[in-house]
Amino acid sequence: MDIKYIGLSEINGPLVVLEKCKDVSYDEIASITLNDGTQRLARVVEVYEDKAVLQVFEGTKGLSLTNTTTAFEGRPMELPLSGEMLGRIFNGAGRPIDGLGDIVAEKSRDINGSPINPVSRVYPRNYINTGISSIDALMTLIRGQKLPIFSGSGLSHNKLAVQIVRQAKIADENGQDFAVVFGAMGVKNDVADYFRRCFEETGVLSRVSMFLNLSNDPIIERILTPRCALTCAEYLAFEKNMHILVILTDMTSYAEALREFSSSKGEIPGRKGYPGYLYSDLASIYERAGIVKGSSGSVTQIPILTMPNDDITHPVPDLTGYITEGQIVLDRTLDQSGIYPGVSILPSLSRLMKDGIGEGYTREDHQMCANQLFAAYAKVQDARSLASVIGEEELSAADKAYMKFGSLFEEHFINQGFETNRSIEETLDLGWLLLSTLPKSELDRVDDEHLGKYYDSEKAAVRFG
Amino acid sequence: MTTDKIYSINGPVVTVRDSVSFSMQEMVYVGNKRLIAEVIRVSAKETTIQVYEGTTGLKPGEPVFGTGAPMSALLGPGILDNMYDGIERPLKKLEEISGAFIGDGAEVSSLDTQKKYNVTMTVKTGDKLSAGDIYCTCPETALIVHKCMLSPLSRGGEVIWTAEDGGYTVNDVVCKVKDELGRVEELTLCQRWPIRTPRPCAQRLPMSRPLITGQRVIDTIAPIAKGGTAAIPGGFGTGKTMTQHQLAKWCDADIIVYIGCGERGNEMTQVLEEFAELIDPHTNRPLTDRTTMIANTSNMPVAAREASIYTGITLAEYYRDMGYHIAIMADSTSRWAEALREISGRLEEMPAEEGFPAYLPSRISEFYERAGYVKTLNGKEGSVTIIGAVSPQGSDFSEPVTQNTKRFVRCFWALDKALAYARHYPAINWMSSYSEYTDELAGYYSANVSADFMEVRQQISNILATENSLMEIVKLMGTDVLPDDQKLLIETARVVRVGFLQQNAYHKDDTYVPLEKQYLMMKTILEYYELSKQALAKGVDAGKIMSNGFSEKLIKIKYDIPNDKPELFEQYSRQMAEWYSSAASEVV
Repeated sequence: MDIKYIGLSEINGPLVVLEKCKDVSYDEIASITLNDGTQRLARVVEVYEDKAVLQVFEGTKGLSLTNTTTAFEGRPMELPLSGEMLGRIFNGAGRPIDGLGDIVAEKSRDINGSPINPVSRVYPRNYINTGISSIDALMTLIRGQKLPIFSGSGLSHNKLAVQIVRQAKIADENGQDFAVVFGAMGVKNDVADYFRRCFEETGVLSRVSMFLNLSNDPIIERILTPRCALTCAEYLAFEKNMHILVILTDMTSYAEALREFSSSKGEIPGRKGYPGYLYSDLASIYERAGIVKGSSGSVTQIPILTMPNDDITHPVPDLTGYITEGQIVLDRTLDQSGIYPGVSILPSLSRLMKDGIGEGYTREDHQMCANQLFAAYAKVQDARSLASVIGEEELSAADKAYMKFGSLFEEHFINQGFETNRSIEETLDLGWLLLSTLPKSELDRVDDEHLGKYYDSEKAAVRFG
Repeated sequence: MTTDKIYSINGPVVTVRDSVSFSMQEMVYVGNKRLIAEVIRVSAKETTIQVYEGTTGLKPGEPVFGTGAPMSALLGPGILDNMYDGIERPLKKLEEISGAFIGDGAEVSSLDTQKKYNVTMTVKTGDKLSAGDIYCTCPETALIVHKCMLSPLSRGGEVIWTAEDGGYTVNDVVCKVKDELGRVEELTLCQRWPIRTPRPCAQRLPMSRPLITGQRVIDTIAPIAKGGTAAIPGGFGTGKTMTQHQLAKWCDADIIVYIGCGERGNEMTQVLEEFAELIDPHTNRPLTDRTTMIANTSNMPVAAREASIYTGITLAEYYRDMGYHIAIMADSTSRWAEALREISGRLEEMPAEEGFPAYLPSRISEFYERAGYVKTLNGKEGSVTIIGAVSPQGSDFSEPVTQNTKRFVRCFWALDKALAYARHYPAINWMSSYSEYTDELAGYYSANVSADFMEVRQQISNILATENSLMEIVKLMGTDVLPDDQKLLIETARVVRVGFLQQNAYHKDDTYVPLEKQYLMMKTILEYYELSKQALAKGVDAGKIMSNGFSEKLIKIKYDIPNDKPELFEQYSRQMAEWYSSAASEVV
């Protein structure tokens, strides 16, 4: 028998309190029916012997202490799942909004998921060729990795994400399915539309499952969105054996929703007002990437976040960087000088790269080329700061060479354009060619054998003048 | 049957009303699923319990069962070569029970109860035993002999019965001891110990032996002693985990306890895979034979993350009592501090700095104070060395966890973002790192490596320090304005930085470098510096000296001279001596 409770005892922001209720469990889902027949979902966030605190996903607008009936569903928030979810569009709480009706569920899963047992994981090793030189060569994306894009408002992170989806080829294909799960948290309507249009144009829309919580949708629903998207992704990856690329944007909006919710609960704030559990909460999202034993599928995550005021030490990018396996940082100066994608390579990093490149994956010279490019570009920065003080004329010959290398590197290697798709061979050859503009003695991260094989200053001179 | 029922649930915090049956830090089982939990606050009206597993689906009114004992770790053979979660549940067993995703309420024994160990009794009837004494041994892995000891709290007494040598499981009784009052204690291969209580020792000894890591910047610039404490702070991407992995792989401890506290799942998998393949240079056995891992990844329950640090150190102390040298890698203590903050927030305690509870410093010091070089109760020498990674928020070393850690550790290896960006690894900044152990260890280095080791080390440090101050000028004006002797110093410092401090973890020789080679490398670099200085004084052209190619040769020396051929260094000395004497003779 379903017990229904009439009325509420207290309403405070997105939270409502229900007294004299029985048999309510923590994290359970309840549906609140208003007098006009509309229904809202709520989740138990605190429970006492005779009292429960619920968080209403669609907001509490229009609720009063008397105009509601509440029924508890006896289970945590679950998402109905099926292979048919590809090609469909859902709202932030996982309900279809494309007018094609409910999906026929093969299974339902708790959207909070369970942590993957570390001994059941398979260490990710296969790289994903994105066709973007800066990423492929210097911060290689590995299947099963979580690699966020740290961006700022106005930068081309969306374009980059679309390009990755369009060009991403998974090396060693085995004819397996590849699909995209897209979770949008608090993004603008046109941004969501941009993604949809781009997916359509590139012909992948039928392989994309979209979960949309737009910026004017209820904030509390935003807390569910990444979890719904990842539950869908895990199902497709680990039960349907597909390779899933999950794009989550924008994690900063998500964290802000969490902050709003936390402060309405009256919790003690940590840094910048974010709740003390922000790290654990973000981890419960990001850690849902990887490969598990007994399944040939994988979940790869590319979360996108905009750094408020381009500040990488802001709690959201900071904590994200501690959880994810590297980061791709976009740079405003590069962007302003017309370089696309404006990847700032020095702070960018892929932690899984070292085991997924080299012979058998990309090419045996990959690591050495990447190390030397990083080291050389770091010296470019030194030369530039020196030049800004004493003027470029006064620089030593070596520093001048670095100045030249720096601008060539940005112009030809980083700057590649939205339409260009480079193979890993092209990328590495271009890297060596650029390094060949430097004096041979400066290449201290390369051994003699590789220098002999790849260093060709004449060819570089022909190409770059 | 219990009458205690759950009153409220808020995340991992559960309360029970009007109960007097619980004691502080008692381990309890919560709810019908019997989730593992610990009592953290007791009052007449309300008992607060922190649950180590997910509380989704838990209802008020469900029962709470007391165990009467504090949260304890089960200690016995089978710990090594295993991987546990934060409350000592073996992850492989959990995988068998609930598959790739960890379920709730799974009760499993920490040790394999079926496996038989080949036990050799070391006592006989009539022997007198006291707390901490060893009564039997068994090979645990190919490397480590497990020694079963009386609990430190045992009353001891006279052995009245022993089993025959042979195969026994951890729960079989192998020995009986009768104390003065005639009470009989039955001894199995295992014992329990509360994780938050340090295991006692007979005496703390001074630390005079280094933990040799084979990492040049650590062993020479900021060495750590066996039984010492070190912190590795660094923002993300600076190589904390990489440094910890290198230390775990190569340091000369007998046993490694690796605590992955709130870190990445894939990283733990990597450790697991890599350690099984890697061969320990000291013993020629896979590293897993001497390693135990605690993996409580960032998405596993936060309360268990808080406990994982204590579980790890309890395991370490247990092996220390057998007379082994243990190194603990805790990655990362900041996540542990955040777990404290999170739970403190749920308890609505008054926050101090940045939302951290006011007891943060005392918790950090309690943890690091459990390290030490000791004489155990049974008269052996053992040590626990703690190396804790710190992940400062926003890479800002002035935040509370880094600052408080700095107060309680004696070795500080500061990782530097600028070095990491330039891919200078290990990115340990030689200027801001320090070790308070250098004086205590000087004797060891002089006796075992070379009498002038400390002097050579000091000269290298001086070169780096002088370079650091010269760099201020160079940044503004370039190197051209400097006089020749300072140019030479800058060049020598570059050789030290690139050739000596920078170390390639992926190179077969360079990943671990014995102390002798470290010393010879420094010595050869200093020789180059001295010869060049003398040549300058004799009037040899500075440009000629700088371009003589020796600096490049010295930078590559780490790859060119294999670890087992130190005699090759002489060739370099000879070549340099020849070049400089002929250069000097050419000066008119």
